[in-house]
Amino acid sequence: MRALDIEGLDVDLGGRPVLRDIRLHLDRGELVGLLGPNGAGKTTLLRAVLALTRTRGGTVMVEGKPSRPGRSEIGYVPQRHEFTWDFPISVEQAVMSGRTGHIGLLRRPGVADWRAVGDALDRVQLTGLRRRPVGELSGGQRQRVLVARALALAPRILLLDEPFTGLDMPTQELLGDLFTSLAAEDRAVLMTTHDLVAAVDSCTRLVLLNGRIIADGQPADLQDAELWTKTFGVSETSPLLKLVRAT
Amino acid sequence: MSITDFLTDLLNPDLAFLPKALAIAVMSSIVCGVVGCYVVLRGMAFIGDAVAHAVFPGIAVAFVLQGSLVLGGAVAGVATALLIAIFSQNRRVKEDSIIGVFLVGAFALGIVIISRAPGYAGSLQQFLFGSITGIPDRDLYVVGGTGLVILGLVLALHKEFVAICLDREMSRAMGLSVFWLDIVLYVLVTLAVVISLQTIGNILVLALLITPAAAARLLTDRLGVMMLLAPLIGGVSATVGLYLSWSYDTPVGGTIVLVATAVFLAAWLFAPRHGLLTRRWRRPGGQEIGDDARPALSAAK
Repeated sequence: MRALDIEGLDVDLGGRPVLRDIRLHLDRGELVGLLGPNGAGKTTLLRAVLALTRTRGGTVMVEGKPSRPGRSEIGYVPQRHEFTWDFPISVEQAVMSGRTGHIGLLRRPGVADWRAVGDALDRVQLTGLRRRPVGELSGGQRQRVLVARALALAPRILLLDEPFTGLDMPTQELLGDLFTSLAAEDRAVLMTTHDLVAAVDSCTRLVLLNGRIIADGQPADLQDAELWTKTFGVSETSPLLKLVRAT
Repeated sequence: MSITDFLTDLLNPDLAFLPKALAIAVMSSIVCGVVGCYVVLRGMAFIGDAVAHAVFPGIAVAFVLQGSLVLGGAVAGVATALLIAIFSQNRRVKEDSIIGVFLVGAFALGIVIISRAPGYAGSLQQFLFGSITGIPDRDLYVVGGTGLVILGLVLALHKEFVAICLDREMSRAMGLSVFWLDIVLYVLVTLAVVISLQTIGNILVLALLITPAAAARLLTDRLGVMMLLAPLIGGVSATVGLYLSWSYDTPVGGTIVLVATAVFLAAWLFAPRHGLLTRRWRRPGGQEIGDDARPALSAAK
């Protein structure tokens, strides 16, 4: 059984086609980079996997069952700006907030919940900062808080939306290593990114998206310049292509 | 007037309205302080303003029909909160514009309705600026009961309210019903506003919701502490404000709000970590906000 199985997915937003005929499979252990320009539908694809957006056609199966909100098999790491960082809350409370839906109405976090939060913090190496207010964290630490919040549900699939944006190279490298090891621990990881270098460096597979899936393969198989010009709408002389050839 | 005189007046049976006013002012500022924390943290002060104005037509109708002002205000306020929540689902017009439309529209409706009632000028002033006389005993129970219901719901749904304040997208992914939680929160804000109208008045009630919570936010980085400090600041401001108002014969709503504002300014200047003057006085090399986990992460590679 595949971790994630998308077949013939069509999504419209505001009457305009955003995604057409998306076919994408993910197995556990894979770290897949979803690359595409702004407006390519990367975030929309993640939201469709989470069943947060209405689909026009096609199916999204998560571990063999149709996707719906509130399934603990999927851990979601939205873009950093979605989170209210000036909220007066500690790192461990922010991570615990990821279990809100799981704990359920009218119930308080129990021992199992705190243990899951502790494990998630250990995993991203934030245990030493567990009591710090989230507003005092650096960009890289904030990204790790969001990853820990997703891991607090012990998901088998991890969806990361632009985790590298706005971070410096050393921080990107550390996060890339973290994602690689998370995938190696028998999770399927799907990550959208603009960052070609980080993606080629850490991903086992790359998917080029621009409304449709343009290409899907190992980084080494995607040397054809036309795939990249088609995906990003850039010219043959674009610096992007030099980068592709160099990697 | 000394504090002893004030206490004597509070116990004087001829001045029975005074302890009643104090009880209502303190109860409503405690409730507003707690609910106000969400309002301040979510940056929805404008919604608080809107429901505060939106209760006015309900109060006007209740006044004309000689019904319960609290009940009338609650109905109108909740109706407006629902309209705002529903209309703001359409993203073409932004939420703040929707609020602006309904805020003024509801207030205008209230003015038109109350202008039809005989002897409205005096009552209008009472609604707008608050008053400590003429509070029926029944209101004491209504305010107390409503306050307990509000605090109970806050306790029950706190975890969910925090989640939707923190990250709406993630809350949806977790299967929380963000729309309904929004509506419950709006309704709680409305009810907190309605029970405070009597003493504070329609114009100034927003201060009870925002000022204590904002002052508490300046004093702490912990949500739990903030939600205890805000009602404390509100309750103390209400008591001190009523005392000053009684001593110097100043309008009660305005005096309470001025006391709360003074507390806010003091917090802004002297808060332990974020105060303007505290920061200036602090010696260099005090607290460092550093990336101290990074070496650990590198070492672990």
